[in-house]
Amino acid sequence: MPTGIKDKVAIIGMGCSRFGERWDIGPSELMAEAFEEALKDAKIERKQLDAAWFGSCSDTISVGNSAIPASLALRLDGIPVTHIENMCATGSEVLRAAAYAVASGASDFALAIGAEKLKDTGYGGLPPVYKGTFNDLWLPHASTPAGFAQLASGYSKKHGIVKQDLKQAMAHVSWKSHENGAINPKAHLRKRVTMDQIINAPMIAEPLGLFDCCGVSDGAAAAIVTTPEIARSMGFTDFVTIKAVQLAISSGVEASTTLWDGSHVRSTRLAANRAYEEAGITNPRRQLDLIEVHDCFSVTELVTMEDLAISKDGGAVKDILDGFYDADGTIPCQIDGGLKCFGHPIAASGLRMAYEVYNQLLGRAGERQLDTPSVGLTHNLGGVPYQCIAAITVFGLHH
Amino acid sequence: MDPKYFLGITGFGGYVPRLRMQRSCIAAAHKWMAPSLRGLAKGQRAFCNWDEDPITMAVEAARDALGNRPRDCIQSLTLASTTLPFADLQSSAFVAAGLNLNDTVRTLDIGYSQRASTSGLIGAFQQQGDSLFIVSEQPPGKPASAQEISNGAGAAAFTLGTDNILAEIISVSSKTALFTDHFRAADADYDYHWEERWVRDEGYLKLLSSTIKSALTKANIDPGAVDHFILASPLRGSAAAVIRNLGIKQEAEANPLTENCGYTGTAHGLLMLAHTLEIASANKIIVIASFGQGGDVLVLRTTTAITSFKPRRGVNAALVDAQHHEDYLRMLSYRGNIDLEWGMRAEKQVKTAFTEQYRSSDQLSAFTAGKCGTCSTIQFPQLPYCVNPSCHSPRANFSPYPLFDEPASVLTYTADALSYHPAPPLYVGFVQFENGARLLMEMTDVGSSGLEVGTPLRMAFRIKDTDTTRGYPRYFWKAVPINGN
Repeated sequence: MPTGIKDKVAIIGMGCSRFGERWDIGPSELMAEAFEEALKDAKIERKQLDAAWFGSCSDTISVGNSAIPASLALRLDGIPVTHIENMCATGSEVLRAAAYAVASGASDFALAIGAEKLKDTGYGGLPPVYKGTFNDLWLPHASTPAGFAQLASGYSKKHGIVKQDLKQAMAHVSWKSHENGAINPKAHLRKRVTMDQIINAPMIAEPLGLFDCCGVSDGAAAAIVTTPEIARSMGFTDFVTIKAVQLAISSGVEASTTLWDGSHVRSTRLAANRAYEEAGITNPRRQLDLIEVHDCFSVTELVTMEDLAISKDGGAVKDILDGFYDADGTIPCQIDGGLKCFGHPIAASGLRMAYEVYNQLLGRAGERQLDTPSVGLTHNLGGVPYQCIAAITVFGLHH
Repeated sequence: MDPKYFLGITGFGGYVPRLRMQRSCIAAAHKWMAPSLRGLAKGQRAFCNWDEDPITMAVEAARDALGNRPRDCIQSLTLASTTLPFADLQSSAFVAAGLNLNDTVRTLDIGYSQRASTSGLIGAFQQQGDSLFIVSEQPPGKPASAQEISNGAGAAAFTLGTDNILAEIISVSSKTALFTDHFRAADADYDYHWEERWVRDEGYLKLLSSTIKSALTKANIDPGAVDHFILASPLRGSAAAVIRNLGIKQEAEANPLTENCGYTGTAHGLLMLAHTLEIASANKIIVIASFGQGGDVLVLRTTTAITSFKPRRGVNAALVDAQHHEDYLRMLSYRGNIDLEWGMRAEKQVKTAFTEQYRSSDQLSAFTAGKCGTCSTIQFPQLPYCVNPSCHSPRANFSPYPLFDEPASVLTYTADALSYHPAPPLYVGFVQFENGARLLMEMTDVGSSGLEVGTPLRMAFRIKDTDTTRGYPRYFWKAVPINGN
């Protein structure tokens, strides 16, 4: 395994727009909202940025392709700006690219920004994605909820979990996130929901009901990274550093071989193993203080607890129902409300997760503040469990 | 002035499309099955470019009437037409936006009859507050019909108010009657006409004539004292017949604009009025009559202020701005009367995000650039920060700066023959405004003399393209070379 970039990159500024149905602004203003906050936080001027990575995913009716929508919106003149798209992992991908630029010495101040404008499509839900000319001819039409709902059958079978218990655990996941999101001014959905409402909600893709699924919304988030040396020279004494950033993608094993049993997300495990090695984490259940994971669906969060080796295999249901991941639990998960309350502007989510971890580590999370956390992790998953991209980033507080 | 009518005409203008199809070419195309069209084949008829419609023509006519006069005072806008693009979506709202009127303006669409224009105008005179009355029509004409060869297209606009009145109403008379000279069903493409002789004898000479007589009596004016008589009709000789019948002097007959335009449906009477007012002198009596299930008659008198007003360009100048066409199939294609093989590039979907169209409606409809409060750069589009690399001031510092009346010229250009375009080639290039703004624009109404760097341009409100799947035209501004030949 290569040496990695542990503690070679400092995040000196982050910004996050209000997420939601932003009828009031278009993609350019959405980016600017996150960008302004990040610049102010980093205490630098635009002209100090020497590279940028811009993530956005749906260009059918959204931002448009290439990096030009960002360079025009933010007036990034003459510097390298690159468009990245890797489905829902895009938010982590842009941070990863910016981090590598700084760690390599290619850039002093790099910007990572993810923005998605999903509410200009004219209807609810994600717009259909083109699957490629060949896949178009054989792959069944299946919604994203359908892709993830299959985890329920795989997981239950493997671990002998009865339907009601799984449903209960899934509902607790959503309940807990709504409790957290209710006090987050930047979240889209800020109403608490009861376990009853969640369990009895209309079915979307068996066994995922309405409240097991995150919504679609508009949002943008940004990060400005530099080296710890430059951060110190600017007068930053306490700052967040990246301990690890790892990505793992499917090559067809899950979907076309017997090497996968449908009960977990293989890419998450592969990425997590490498991330822990890079960050020097040997016991995640002990060493992580908070996690933000990809709760596109409640069942995803459930299996992710095991894929991240925090809950033991088959142990997620008990941990969840015991409140291990609640706000007052051992490792709060989605302390900001998660995708469940923010919605999922695809390219922005990974950075929104990082934004919460960043603010928690720096003690700036207001009402949501946890007690002196020092290590946080984000998990950002694109695609569907059997064909996906998992991105894991570990953050730490540097004194 | 009749006290029932609060307002008078304070300005006027008109618009006729630049494109002219030679009537001889239309007749020649149909000679094999309708040789009698030869009798109607004199002169040239105006036809809309592929990117024009009654909404775009209405904007142009109103700009002609408004000139540089302030628009803030306009409290209502009425648009009369029988050929608007929507059954349920207000066309006058599009026109108000294109003219950059206040959003408090009361917009109203009027239609459904060849006398919608005069009926609407009579109503408009009875309101209070400065207003804009526009009539605009792209009359249909079935291929090989008399309508196709005789009709034109055009729009006229009038500002109404109480200050500096140029022409005032003396009397009005209207009659309603179930006289179906023709009709067009709601879902039909073309009109259905009854025998012309009956329409002339029973309609114009009896029904309408009695309405005109009653208006003149009310006004206490002798038929012989009428200076200008306007009766727009698709039937040639109708106005002359009525004039003879009523004892109005022959030279009072207003120019029907046949030679270079053609009958423009419900817009025609008012287009003729705008044309007449351009040459009228003070204290002249103008009678305008229109026919459709009865009729309306207005008796107007010009004031001494009439000679001090000039439309920006005027109907006469629009008539003279003629681009010669002989390719009859072009006219059919623009109206969708013929289905041609445009190739796969024409399959491109153009679905509109209505959310974005609403958010950006100032920029799109009124061509509003932003002038940076810090460095004064005038820029389109307006994005979150100033485009000047030495500035980058946030958009909150911009002030609105509409570009539609700003002088400009061609900076770069090409004729793109690869892109799908309903009127190939697509002329596109950078338009450089004298105020420093610039943007890539489509150039339209380009004649055979083409474009050069430096060609002077004026801005026109046009259909940018149409979502043919859903039937939704998208409007934006294009650059038109001032010389269209």
